[in-house]
Amino acid sequence: MTVTSEPDLKEHFAETIARERRIEPRDWMPDGYRATMIRQIAQHAHSEIIGMQPEGNWITRAPSLRRKAILLAKVQDEAGHGMYLYSAAETLGADRGELTEKLISGRQKYSSIFNYPTLSYADVGVIGWLVDGAAICNQVPLCRSSYGPYGRAMIRICKEESFHQRQGYELLLTMMRGTDAQRAMVQDAVDRFWWPSLMMFGPPDADSPNTAQSMAWGIKRHTNDELRQRFVDMSVPQAEKLGVTLPDPELRWNESRGHYDFGAVNWDEFKAVIAGNGPCNAQRIARRKAAHAEGAWVREAAMAHASKHRPTERANALRPAPCPEQSAYGPHKEEESSKRVSPEASHD
Amino acid sequence: MTDHDNPYDLLAEDHDGGHRWAFGTGFTDPLAGIDTSVPPGVDGAALAGFCLALGDDALIYSHRLQEWLTRMPELEEETAIANIALDLLGQARMLLARAGGILGRTEDQLAFFRAESQFRNVRLAEHADRDFAEVVGRLLIFSSWRLALFHSLPAATDPVLAAIAAKGANELAYHRDYAAQWVIRLGDGTELSHARMQAALDALWPLTPELFLPDASALAHADAGTVGAVLDTVLAAAGLSRPSGATLGPVSGHTGRDGVHTEAMGYILAELQSVARAHPDATW
Amino acid sequence: MTDSRADWPLFEVFLRGKRGLNHVHVGSLHAADPQMALRHARDLYTRRNEGVSIWVVAAADITASSPDEKDPFFAPSGDKVYRHPTFYEIPDDVPHM
Repeated sequence: MTVTSEPDLKEHFAETIARERRIEPRDWMPDGYRATMIRQIAQHAHSEIIGMQPEGNWITRAPSLRRKAILLAKVQDEAGHGMYLYSAAETLGADRGELTEKLISGRQKYSSIFNYPTLSYADVGVIGWLVDGAAICNQVPLCRSSYGPYGRAMIRICKEESFHQRQGYELLLTMMRGTDAQRAMVQDAVDRFWWPSLMMFGPPDADSPNTAQSMAWGIKRHTNDELRQRFVDMSVPQAEKLGVTLPDPELRWNESRGHYDFGAVNWDEFKAVIAGNGPCNAQRIARRKAAHAEGAWVREAAMAHASKHRPTERANALRPAPCPEQSAYGPHKEEESSKRVSPEASHD
Repeated sequence: MTDHDNPYDLLAEDHDGGHRWAFGTGFTDPLAGIDTSVPPGVDGAALAGFCLALGDDALIYSHRLQEWLTRMPELEEETAIANIALDLLGQARMLLARAGGILGRTEDQLAFFRAESQFRNVRLAEHADRDFAEVVGRLLIFSSWRLALFHSLPAATDPVLAAIAAKGANELAYHRDYAAQWVIRLGDGTELSHARMQAALDALWPLTPELFLPDASALAHADAGTVGAVLDTVLAAAGLSRPSGATLGPVSGHTGRDGVHTEAMGYILAELQSVARAHPDATW
Repeated sequence: MTDSRADWPLFEVFLRGKRGLNHVHVGSLHAADPQMALRHARDLYTRRNEGVSIWVVAAADITASSPDEKDPFFAPSGDKVYRHPTFYEIPDDVPHM
């Protein structure tokens, strides 16, 4: 193996980035890149898991069985997305348990939007339309993230998220064509979620000092303001089609810019929510913390059981391949089936 | 053009575009495209009653599982429980739609606008699990029983119900296996988990005799001996004892199948039906 | 510090789709034992799609090499699949991303 100096490693890394190739888990990377990547992926993962709460709030009360199934499937997807992302973060040397500790202790954040309450069934539709819409705006560029595992996780997530957005919008269309009470419910939800959705893109570029480095490293593909503008441009015609009014009197098409002008975001509110003073911060963390703490005995039991039944290597080598007719449950079932993998083994 | 190196492409291939990720979410009528006329020789009223009973079991059970989302001990279990809840909801939709087709009601009318005394679920379905041990213990009992019930449907029965049962049986085998693995892990895990798992079984067992009460109108009956044998195998592997003694008594001889429920049922329905009832003329 | 008695180890998941030629790495998950890992892999990575073949392997059992071994400080071929030790200090949140 040739002796390679650090400047050469840096150059190789820079070249990989410049050629829009992927950095993979075993490649050399600057510490700053790695730290930023872990933080970004982890916070994205935390958002998916915390996001299950405001949405899950309406599953038991969904007003039709079909809507109930859709929402349940969506929340299930979110758990999955969180796990794909934690999995990507772990390829960088992070540990999921430690990331969970960081979330619970407030040392890592999640998307500010989930610190708002869901107060009516219309919120479910608006979250699908605006919140998932904003997430998609953010996420599609991340499919080209310089970090391989993250980009690949994003491709999968984007596919599933587009179903979610469509379902949310469809619910709103149905409600807007329904009763007066349904229409009022939708308008009220839009009034509450429009500005927080714009805040999902983060602070203005001028207040975002890490953006330049993140873009140079291929971690970020567009600036906060660029994505926010794109989101507004997409959402205004969608709002018109729904027949809802967006709560911004300054919203208007600017012919010379080729974009919609919009009013000033209340950045004080954003800062307050990020700092922990939003309407649901404590509640969201408390739920996550309780589930994790109250589940410890279960996780521990599973580990204890596994260590009691772990087969020895020698016993493993001597045992024949699993027989499908073996009874499903017996005292040593776990030993017998966790053998060496046969290439033809497919499950169920 | 499918990229065969990309597993996500491959997984997407075999699915129907927008409907793949949750059964029944792509269309309004869960029995769409299926001939729902009652075959000659089949008692429509008995069929409707039986489908309602099985449908209510699944609907109410799914509700209890939904309450556990964001409260599970590990993220992987969130996915597992959501999956099981979704399966049962899917079964409920098809069964209610089948009953509804005969009774002249939609699945939603049945789910959201019936009174408590008209629900035919067993009281086991209503039970609020106090911890994860009760979640998996109750699921073990319920899915073992329900699977036996589906398997015992006579051949000359309604083809729609038979199809629902065939699909449901696959799902229930999976649920039962999930629950059994966990009961074994907890029973044969730590001292604490063993104690909790035994306590869970002790709390749940009184609800089981109701599952095997004679019911002349039912189209299928699960054999108590068969179900008991499955449970005994799991308990033995888990190092747990079969609880004895108490039975949750009937009310003037009536139980869940008669529309007489526990005090929990009122709260379940108040929540489940709240939004639909607040907007009785709305379409969702 | 997390409770290590309760931490489930990492498993890598490999799938072969119905018409695929070989198993491809799709991600990872945590499980207490291989049976649980297989079940979780089915739930999480296939949504119980029939006919998908699944392999799960404990990450600790994987021995890996990189196509591009430029780093002399890097262990020779045959190291763990993730080069970074898990006791790395995870960064806290920084206000503006």
